[in-house]
Amino acid sequence: MMGVGFPLLSLLTFLPLAGVAIILAVRGDQQTVASNARWTALWTSLITFMLSLVLWFRFDKNEAEFQFVERLDWLADFGVTYHMGVDGISVLFVLLSTLLTPICILSSWEAVQSRVREYMIAFLILETMMVGMFCALDFVVFYIFFEGVLIPMFLIIGVWGGQRRVYAAFKLFLYTLLGSVLMLLAILLLWYKAGTTDIVELFTLTIPPSLQTWIFLAFFASFAVKVPMWPVHTWLPDAHVEAPTAGSVILAGVLLKMGAYGFLRFSLPLLPVASAEFAPWIFALSIVAIVYTSLVALAQEDMKKLIAYSSVAHMGIVTLGIFTFTQQGLSGALFTMLSHGVVSSALFLCVGVLYDRVHSREIARYGGVAKIMPAYALVFMLFTMASVALPGLAGFPGELLVILGAWKVNPWVAFGAALGMILGAAYMLYLYRRVVFGRIARDDLRGLLDLSPREYAVFAPLIVLTIWMGISPQSFLSFFEASVAALVERHHAALGAARLAGL
Amino acid sequence: MNWMLALPEIVLACAGLAILMIGVVPRQNMFFGCTMASIGALVVTAALVLTVPDGTGFAGQVISDGFARFMKLLVLLGAAIGMLMALDFNTREGLDRFEYPVLLLFATLGMLIMLSANDFMTVYIGLELLSLSLYVVAAFHRDNEQSAEAGLKYFVLGALASGLFLYGASLVYGFAGTTSFERIALALVDPASRSQGLTLGLIFILAGLAFKVSAVPFHMWTPDVYEGAPTPVTAFFAAAPKVAAIALLTRVMAGPFAELAEQWQQVIILVSLASMVLGALAAVGQRDIKRLMAYSSIGHIGYALMGLAVASDEGLHGLVVYMAIYLAMNLGTFAVLIAMRRQGKAVSRIEDLAGLGKNDPAMAMWMTIFMFSMAGIPPLAGFFGKLYVFLAAVQGGFWTLAVVGVLTSVISAFYYLRVVKVMYFDEAQAPLDGRPATLTMVMGISGIFTTLFFLMPAPLVRAAQEAVSALVS
Repeated sequence: MMGVGFPLLSLLTFLPLAGVAIILAVRGDQQTVASNARWTALWTSLITFMLSLVLWFRFDKNEAEFQFVERLDWLADFGVTYHMGVDGISVLFVLLSTLLTPICILSSWEAVQSRVREYMIAFLILETMMVGMFCALDFVVFYIFFEGVLIPMFLIIGVWGGQRRVYAAFKLFLYTLLGSVLMLLAILLLWYKAGTTDIVELFTLTIPPSLQTWIFLAFFASFAVKVPMWPVHTWLPDAHVEAPTAGSVILAGVLLKMGAYGFLRFSLPLLPVASAEFAPWIFALSIVAIVYTSLVALAQEDMKKLIAYSSVAHMGIVTLGIFTFTQQGLSGALFTMLSHGVVSSALFLCVGVLYDRVHSREIARYGGVAKIMPAYALVFMLFTMASVALPGLAGFPGELLVILGAWKVNPWVAFGAALGMILGAAYMLYLYRRVVFGRIARDDLRGLLDLSPREYAVFAPLIVLTIWMGISPQSFLSFFEASVAALVERHHAALGAARLAGL
Repeated sequence: MNWMLALPEIVLACAGLAILMIGVVPRQNMFFGCTMASIGALVVTAALVLTVPDGTGFAGQVISDGFARFMKLLVLLGAAIGMLMALDFNTREGLDRFEYPVLLLFATLGMLIMLSANDFMTVYIGLELLSLSLYVVAAFHRDNEQSAEAGLKYFVLGALASGLFLYGASLVYGFAGTTSFERIALALVDPASRSQGLTLGLIFILAGLAFKVSAVPFHMWTPDVYEGAPTPVTAFFAAAPKVAAIALLTRVMAGPFAELAEQWQQVIILVSLASMVLGALAAVGQRDIKRLMAYSSIGHIGYALMGLAVASDEGLHGLVVYMAIYLAMNLGTFAVLIAMRRQGKAVSRIEDLAGLGKNDPAMAMWMTIFMFSMAGIPPLAGFFGKLYVFLAAVQGGFWTLAVVGVLTSVISAFYYLRVVKVMYFDEAQAPLDGRPATLTMVMGISGIFTTLFFLMPAPLVRAAQEAVSALVS
């Protein structure tokens, strides 16, 4: 079998590796190598981003099925093919990954001075893995990308991280690996049962309910750790605090979405009965995550840790939305994933701006920054407001839809989600007040410079997106409406069929 | 009598004798010359292996089939690279004696005989030729206490294992009336002939072979021998003989004793579980990287035996793929270990790798790839090895094996990661000495194979499938 048409998705996936090859080929003294590595990485990721814009313009929004499909023989004897394609659920995440990578590279232009070559290679490999994971339509191929992410991430945190980087890197790696290997066993079981690992073909498979429970638990072990859901979220604050700024951006922006994406792509369509059965538990865990981590965030003294806990709370809203099985809930979850990808990345970048200048993430170390860096204070405020879901900015439409979806299922669940919005406002505004307003806490802060042109360039696309997503959510929602509708319909049909069979 | 079937072995034996003469006669040091000649002989043998037709010969004592061919090629590859990697190291350590390549050559000959064996007598000849050569090379650094100790330990325990094997073989002979694999298999078709004594003999044979593959509970010698022997010898031990012994174990279980699968399956399951668990847990506290690799090899053997434990075609297929990948990444890892010398002295503590990421980025990168691959992280080759054995275990419904397997692979990821951590995250030490081109080459080839295996897994997977179908038909 041959791929049909131009292999755009493969190009997007593997183009960064061409950049890696170029960087590896550069010879010369350290200065030359570093500067060449930076420029090559930037241009490679920018070209990848430009190419990925084709998806934005050429994606057929009325089509629920997979588009840009490619298929190649890979392990033909075992029913495994190299199968790539995107639908409404995954297409925007591909774009998010390709957008955030150049931003990360640009943001670490000056912050990373040691082993620049290896750093850039790690980020380009990471991009390959992320894009490949969102495009993969074969379970084995998906797993390879899903797990492969760990290698560059381990090195990024471990080599360029903070004080306790070794601990954080090991925790991230082993936590996620433990969850994922259990999923691998479930994949192997499906492979054996169906004789294929092609996701599209697997969707037509009806799995007996008793088996669904086990497979769901195995998937859950992997995805819940990645999301991360309470109580397996503890790796996230450590990883975020120790990671370099760009590492945190990718972690919050894309890697956290992998778990929720897994639920949407696999758990819901493949295991409708088990998903419905476990939904109350997921609601409970999500609400605990929202309330508990919000309260924990209130007590944080470290800026990055606070935003990390806020991520757990936001992802709680996402999982809650997914398991409502309603059009609104799923759309809201997807929208929240996207907006969180943009906004929390931007917030980590904001912390990075201060950290680059002062080398401290301690909240008490700052105060009165608004008087010294007014432009920065404005940018920071925009993203803070977006994070607390102020109407008109990116955070609002998603959370509103999730609450609407949850209301249909159970008003109390909706109440839990709404509680998250209130608490979110509390800790984010508290953070903003302590850092940006008030008296100038220390004299050495007076000498800080406001945003540099490079930093403006880093923030500009995120600012545009945040406002755009807030004002015109439909231009994003329209991408996944058809796919979500198909997913919801299929889910209810499958549940109906299972009930009939039960009678 | 079909001489052609044993042609590779005959040629290799003659070449070995000739090289021995070449080494003795001249007055100058012939280490380099003999090594090159031996590698040449292995290459010629490999070419001959490809031309040998299928069939049995020497009154049914020798067999040639797809399985033997595939495994022989792996063994020859491992042996040739093992010899190559010793060139520079032995010269620097004063071990540059011509006996070294000759002994390895005879060890390889022993392995080839094991792989062609279709009779317990042939097995024993091959096994002893392999073992006796290896006892000597383990103690090759004879002025070094550790090396002498390693040789002695290996000899004493190895002799015990050979004894167990021989005792088992004689029990089987006593109860089945034959030592030929084919006739044992025929005899066992009749359920009445499956006596307790035969099972007992099978258990003894299993114990002897488990010692050779260093599976728990017959693994005790491995860490000490790995640590004590000169590093190139350890590299040799960890590669070709492991493959040969596993292949022999597979042939004996799947061939003559196929009808007794229920009996040996329980044993293999237990051995596989114990090897995986011990390999994962015991390696965590190690400080010497050669000892670490010893426990790591025990763990890997546990995974490979998982393929045998499920006793299905898929399982054997997984085992064959696993061993091929294991061989490739193991050679690369040991190339790095052999290159570890500081100020002219070989070092082997894990801390000695500190700062390698700064001092020698290329070698650190290869080592990182090998470590992640050994841990089974996709997209590297090691992942695919594990994938196939786990798939077989899931298909057969062996959930205990599969779950323990994935959990131990997470635990073992911890110590592989520790090596990466030392190389990249820790404070740099004085740089290691420059490495010879041979090692760079081995690292590079093995590293590229490990990294890019995912692009073209089909050829190896298919070749392994053909090998297995030759074995079970």
